[in-house]
Amino acid sequence: MSNNTGLDFERPILELEKKIEELRSLSAGEIDFTAEIKSLQSKLDKARRKVFKSLTAWQKVQIARHPQRPYMLDYVGLIFEEFIELSGDRCYADDKALIGGFATLDGERVMILGHQKGRDTKENLMRNFGSAHPEGYRKALRLMRLAEKFSIPILTFVDTPGAYPGIGAEERGQAEAIAVNLREMMALRTPVIVTIIGEGGSGGALGIGIGDRVIMLENAYYSVISPEGCAAILWKDKARAADAAVALKLTSRDQLGLGLVDEIVPEPLGGAHRDPEAVAAALKERLITNLKELTLLPPEELLEKRYRKFRCMGVFEEGIEE
Amino acid sequence: MRIFAKYKRKLRAQKKKDIPDGLWRKCKHCGEMITKKELEASLHVCPKCNYHYPLSAKRRLLITIDEGTFEEFDADLYPSDPLKFVDTKPYPERQAAAREKSKGLKDAIITGTGKLNGIDVAIAALEFSFMGGSMGAVVGEKITRLIERAMDKRLPLIIVSVSGGARMQESVLSLMQLAKTSGALSRFARQGLPYISIMADPTTGGTTASFASLGDVILAEPGALIGFAGPRVIKQTIQQDLPEGFQRSEFLLEHGFLDMIVQRKDLKGTMARLLRYMGGNTKPKTARKAVIKKRA
Repeated sequence: MSNNTGLDFERPILELEKKIEELRSLSAGEIDFTAEIKSLQSKLDKARRKVFKSLTAWQKVQIARHPQRPYMLDYVGLIFEEFIELSGDRCYADDKALIGGFATLDGERVMILGHQKGRDTKENLMRNFGSAHPEGYRKALRLMRLAEKFSIPILTFVDTPGAYPGIGAEERGQAEAIAVNLREMMALRTPVIVTIIGEGGSGGALGIGIGDRVIMLENAYYSVISPEGCAAILWKDKARAADAAVALKLTSRDQLGLGLVDEIVPEPLGGAHRDPEAVAAALKERLITNLKELTLLPPEELLEKRYRKFRCMGVFEEGIEE
Repeated sequence: MRIFAKYKRKLRAQKKKDIPDGLWRKCKHCGEMITKKELEASLHVCPKCNYHYPLSAKRRLLITIDEGTFEEFDADLYPSDPLKFVDTKPYPERQAAAREKSKGLKDAIITGTGKLNGIDVAIAALEFSFMGGSMGAVVGEKITRLIERAMDKRLPLIIVSVSGGARMQESVLSLMQLAKTSGALSRFARQGLPYISIMADPTTGGTTASFASLGDVILAEPGALIGFAGPRVIKQTIQQDLPEGFQRSEFLLEHGFLDMIVQRKDLKGTMARLLRYMGGNTKPKTARKAVIKKRA
């Protein structure tokens, strides 16, 4: 993965990696570079630890948005034995930014849903950069109801900068589509596991984000507004996004501490894109384990627990003020 | 000395027209002069251009609920600062300023029960002057408790929204209020109880993307801004001017997201008429069964 699409803070590491690779290819010739490679390697290890062990909230946001970060379909290929994509909201269109269908996980039937971003400009136009329209949320609901009908558990994968803010989206009821999903997901009589794999952008994330378990990848973020949007409104300056990212407490550690997510799946040093297979394997194990626990619960208990989980979220004071 | 004489006359003429402060105001919509009395009599609607000014939660309840029947719930809930949120000002400072601006409210909502033309209802009114009517944990909790009590007492539910959406200073905790309130409404919907959502200017963001859009019947005041994203964000994203009337009540009605647009003076009567049709199941289910048995 040593190409030049790295983030600013990744660059010294990528440069060292490139140098080592060059020396390795030269080593095939008559000169021996083993000693140089060894010293560079230890330099690299130090640099990696220094940069990646103390990532700021804003750097984590950048990793969550990394152009090489594994997207939903990458995990689908690595985690599930089969995926049959189903299309359309039966109302207006098929949204390629929010996809779903039947899949097989370790021999079991599941319904999977998630935001999908594009790798290049052409694909991003089709995927709308992972920003879904109302038809995406309505397709998601259609597929969730289909899963409920056949008692199939639902796994959602959240990775969106936010639901799309455009004219068509408003005309077709973006807010209504999300609101209905929130109401209906709370009542689905089948287990739902949500995984935030990259960007957890506000209502667009929550629109497929209500479940019995919420898992978050280590460098994913979850926020009520993008750091840039928050900075523009509260600081009146988009350039303060790094400050907003800190204030918004949007990292996986913060979410776990606030009780808003149940568990974190660790990522390799530097982010999921440095070893997608390892992250997928770890996530797969967590999905299987959680699903086994959830399928044991009778639907009534499942629904009561899901309601209680979200019912108690939020911190406020009550009584006589100090 | 002719110039002086002229000046004196002019001054006198102006003095005659002078009116005590605060009696007149210029309509911010059409620019016409309206007296404060006229504005109050028309429920804060401009008599010249029909612009519906934002109403405080208190005044909204006053014009909606029969006199002397309102009983407030959870008046002792107030916001915390769990994230220690600081932007250009710390969150507690913003709370204090909002409290002053909203004339003493502890957060952006009042909830309770009362009678609407004699019909018992559970009602919430949001308060725009408190941090833009934004939904944090207090607003989410008070709405959820109201819904739960309405289920217990088998009351119709009315929520009047005037809100910019989720409150940034509570980040994901405020986002989860969308889930919490919508979840409570999912239970409410299965109880055979009616929910009327009223959207006033403005109703946007997380408020529209949760309880405000989930009414059995959704009414809006004329000309209210209603949407998911704010017009500024949309304009920035698509880099185009927005069409005339975009995201106003009339636009939403045309696109099928509202049942009716109702003038403020007619709202109470319209709700009462609607509840006549939708209040049939508000009596406990067991009592209804008993009646049927008796007849058999």
